[in-house]
Amino acid sequence: MSEEKKESLFSKENKKLLTVYLNKTNPVTVQVLGICSALAVTVQMNNALVMAIALLAVTALGNVVISAMRNYIPNRIRIIVQLVVAAFLVICVDQILKAYVYDVSKQLSVFVGLIITNCIVMGRLEAFALANKPWPSFLDGVGNGLGYGFVLFVVAFIKEVLGSGTLTFPVIGKLTIIPHSVFEAGYLNNGLMLLPPSSLIIVAIFIWIQRTKTPELIEK
Amino acid sequence: MAFDRDSNLYTMVFSTVMVVIVGGMLAFVSLSLNPAQKANIANEKMQNILQAIGIPETDGVLRDNSGKIFNDFVKRRITINYKGEILSDKKVEEAIDPKDELDAFNIDLRKEYSKIIKPLINKFKGDADGFKKALNESSEIHFPIFVCENKGKTYYVLSASGKGLWDDIWGYVGLNADLTTINGVVFDHKGETPGLGSKITEKKFQSEFVGKKIADATQFMSVQVLKPGKELTEYQVDGISGATFTGVGVNEMLKRNLEVYYNFFKSNPEFSVNQVKEEAIIATTANDSTSLSKNDSIK
Repeated sequence: MSEEKKESLFSKENKKLLTVYLNKTNPVTVQVLGICSALAVTVQMNNALVMAIALLAVTALGNVVISAMRNYIPNRIRIIVQLVVAAFLVICVDQILKAYVYDVSKQLSVFVGLIITNCIVMGRLEAFALANKPWPSFLDGVGNGLGYGFVLFVVAFIKEVLGSGTLTFPVIGKLTIIPHSVFEAGYLNNGLMLLPPSSLIIVAIFIWIQRTKTPELIEK
Repeated sequence: MAFDRDSNLYTMVFSTVMVVIVGGMLAFVSLSLNPAQKANIANEKMQNILQAIGIPETDGVLRDNSGKIFNDFVKRRITINYKGEILSDKKVEEAIDPKDELDAFNIDLRKEYSKIIKPLINKFKGDADGFKKALNESSEIHFPIFVCENKGKTYYVLSASGKGLWDDIWGYVGLNADLTTINGVVFDHKGETPGLGSKITEKKFQSEFVGKKIADATQFMSVQVLKPGKELTEYQVDGISGATFTGVGVNEMLKRNLEVYYNFFKSNPEFSVNQVKEEAIIATTANDSTSLSKNDSIK
């Protein structure tokens, strides 16, 4: 115990918590959690970004809260306690979005509320926060949020460029990526890219590439 | 550890304390963010009404600006009931009071639809007369009218609410001074299929309605969304492929709501003057096409 206390805030172990979820244990592509929202909110970069931030906030704060309470939570109702904490945070996020980024909150619609049932959140609370101290738990939550966000960005980037020919960012607004002259020459946006199934294909290709590049992930 | 974490008492005390704390915090969050959320919703409604007028001045108006310019265009807000009685009639000088439930701006048609009209539709399936009678008797159904002015011309923005394939749809219809020709529409939805039914919110679909008519010289016709690719009369618009049932919902919504407005305008001398005058011109120019569309509506 005493050794752990001396551990610096960004020790090797802790840094690993932030980066490991980007690749080897990515929540979406390796653990295949949180897929449903990853499929649905990736039509625009803007939505993907806000959703990723929302999920990151919920996993990170939820992890901290549960981790801080871990010695006091009655074992028999621990799942319910986790659910209440996650639900509380999600409602807060939803309310804040409604008040300050109304348009995005309309587009994300139910998916913000569905963060409650997002397996990543509950999975991290149960598997990590209940057994670890608040600071590593916080990093674990941020790491998972980043891992989720990373996949969302890649999918949303491909979908928006091919589906609408634009990239939408918060504050900056809509950027035209494919110029008008290309459309005049007969190029058409790919309508499939606007629908959820296309994310399935992109995520699958993502997993394929990831597995060829990371030998540890290949099953024998 | 000091506590027995598995005892019943501890579990109960823990959950009670937790629920009270979380509940209190949620109430605080909700109360402190409520004003900003309400302003967003009100601004969005203003934005929709302004866009439904169908004039270049309000085309593409931003939500944040809508509140500022709303009163420049919307000069009168009228609320009527199903019978066509005026319940509230406010001039632009009278500011919108959020507590005045009868002010046309404060009427929540979506709520009225799901609370009163939807149950009635289910109750009177196939019994159109019974349905109308029930609507006539209900005192909780309202129809807001926004009278807008721009460059000396008058426009009337009407609202409608109904059900698409999955969930609520609603919209605003802007009529010209003749009270028959559509000048602009705005539709929105809660949960129609993305890429299919959700396209009713797109400009391409909404611009189809501009110039269409809701009535001929003598009777109410409504505007109908057809399956795409058919020949269109002036009471019909091209639908969206893959969104047939959303289109059916739009049709039902427009027919049910616009008919009430049409009857109101017709029976109220203040408005019917406009209507008849313009209709005489329409009747002479559009005689043959009306007979065609009548056949269509029969089949």
